[in-house]
Amino acid sequence: MFTAFFQKLREARIPVTIREYLMLLEALQAGVARGSVDEFYYLSRAALVKDEKNFDRFDRVFGEYFRGLMAESQALFGADIPDDWLRRLAERHFGEEELAKLEKMGFQEMLDALAERLSEQDARHAGGSKWIGTDGTSPFGHSGANPSGVRIGGDGGGGSAAKVWQRREFRNLDGSVEIGTRNIKVALRRLRKFIREGAEEEFDLDDTVQATARNGGMLDIRMRAERKNRVKVLLFIDVGGSMDAHVKLSEELFSAAKTEFKHLEYHYFHNFIYERVWRDTRRGYNEWVPTVDLFNTYGSDYKVIVVGDATMSPFEITEPGGSIEHWNEEAGAVWLQRLARHFPDIVWLNPAPQDRWVRTASVQIAQRLLPGRMFPLSIDGLDAAMDLLRRRASAAPRPLPAL
Amino acid sequence: MKFTGTDSYVTTDDLTMAVNAAVALERPLLVKGEPGTGKTLLAQEVARSLGRPLYEWHIKSTTKARHGLYEYDAVSRLRDSQLGDERVKDIRNYIDKGTLWRAFEADEPCVVLIDEIDKADIEFPNDLLQELDRMEFFVHETNETIRAKRRPVVIITSNNEKELPDAFLRRCFFHYIRFPDEETMTRIVHVHFPDIKKRLLSEALQVFYSLRDVHGLKKKPSTSELLDWIKLLLVEDIPPEALREDSTKAIPQLYGALLKNEQDVHMFERLAFLSRRESR
Repeated sequence: MFTAFFQKLREARIPVTIREYLMLLEALQAGVARGSVDEFYYLSRAALVKDEKNFDRFDRVFGEYFRGLMAESQALFGADIPDDWLRRLAERHFGEEELAKLEKMGFQEMLDALAERLSEQDARHAGGSKWIGTDGTSPFGHSGANPSGVRIGGDGGGGSAAKVWQRREFRNLDGSVEIGTRNIKVALRRLRKFIREGAEEEFDLDDTVQATARNGGMLDIRMRAERKNRVKVLLFIDVGGSMDAHVKLSEELFSAAKTEFKHLEYHYFHNFIYERVWRDTRRGYNEWVPTVDLFNTYGSDYKVIVVGDATMSPFEITEPGGSIEHWNEEAGAVWLQRLARHFPDIVWLNPAPQDRWVRTASVQIAQRLLPGRMFPLSIDGLDAAMDLLRRRASAAPRPLPAL
Repeated sequence: MKFTGTDSYVTTDDLTMAVNAAVALERPLLVKGEPGTGKTLLAQEVARSLGRPLYEWHIKSTTKARHGLYEYDAVSRLRDSQLGDERVKDIRNYIDKGTLWRAFEADEPCVVLIDEIDKADIEFPNDLLQELDRMEFFVHETNETIRAKRRPVVIITSNNEKELPDAFLRRCFFHYIRFPDEETMTRIVHVHFPDIKKRLLSEALQVFYSLRDVHGLKKKPSTSELLDWIKLLLVEDIPPEALREDSTKAIPQLYGALLKNEQDVHMFERLAFLSRRESR
């Protein structure tokens, strides 16, 4: 019955499954929602959406789908309504049960009444309480105040016709929009992997007591390995000029990462990674380490997160000597590939808006160097990046050997 | 039977719908939301309004799924065997029933609250999938299957500290309790303090919402804190004018009920000092 709606939700990347769809149908069958669109909206949201960050997306799909339905039903008599009254928009909404004091009719009655009234009326009409037109309190027409009115054209006037899903109250919960330290922490936490590793050296009291008791009182000592968060992260942050706009976001990411990982090493770079990176920006960029040293210091089990907008002249990546600050013997591309080869678990988080990527040549190049590994610095992007890092590197396409 | 809120709990249309769907289909209801928005209270009120008993299971970081089903107390049995107790012959004497077991074997339909499921280990929800889906589980020690006589209404709360597995989410209805707007909040306060004067309430709410708007608070005051604060205001018999004066001074009376964090109080005092200086 609502298959098209279900399809639309999936197209909007809301993770709904058949199981949840069936659950919704079952609930409808059980009569949980009776008739009103509002009830159907609440019920379908409770059954289909399991994360508040998808609420806003759901609202939009719902609005679109039901506007479509309205448009279809308009075909019933829409052709008979003179364009004169409907100049602004040929769309229509329900607006029932908003103000109880105004009269209420069923939808069918309303349609009948509308058809009847249409046959009586023969001039353009504005104001008043019976005729179809604008700004009146009659149930028909637009910009009016009758809560059970059928809206014919126009944008809602008094606002009482705005449905719950049109208010878009959950906009700021959408994961692809807002990002804050707490959100980042939740996303980064996905990377945490507690495993019991190493020699069994911790005395497990509970298990020993249980095992001994089950053993009829003969002492049965149980040991276990220590639990540790084994995720090691190497963070590279761009502090080049074009990053100034994104400093706050990067700082939030950094402060969140710092508390989430025990093994976190971080370095800074300017625009792109060349043969050296910086340890501490406060010391006036004097304290740098050769990039090669990183390969020798950190094993390939480290996960690498590069944060940068990758926005620069393409030459800064592709050509030796391209760096704007010093003469680099080898091109930045070469260094990035070395990095990716040594650390197979690498992702690039880009704070620049994603729709700008295609228009920036240097971003394109960086994406080609790390195929499928550049993510926007939004909650969704961070989630996807952490998912990729958590699954082993082999799951994703390998970086290309050469440009 | 329908849940429509109670005299002591204000609900919204979407919440009512989610609860009724969960009750009608006998599926679990997952409730998320900011701390202090009445998630735990919801289960108690649902139970009260449906007239069903409530079984509460509060989750800690060490809680395992089996704790809710049953535990075999091997240690007591060992001790009893050494003391020559007769009970030792029947293993049933040493099986401690968990919350779910007790709820399953109840003769009348009941409500089960699984509180703060995100506190537990990441595998915890997965371990309960079958149990909540089929409402049955197997007891290895006695070789019997415990099946729910009447499927209970299961209400699960989460503070979003961990992601819950998709397979688990698919089986639940979901509701997110938003922070109440001023109108709903007024209704909520009225439910708790029916005699409160209009002016005091509106002044108090104004202070409260402006406090929530202060950027950078570690812990924003929530509904339960507002209720505590209003109770204090009533007990101390603070007139509404006092709150108004305070909003120019920017530090509310008895703010200790609203701000629970030393740094927050500190920051607030600093802001108050600044705004006093500005207003001079």
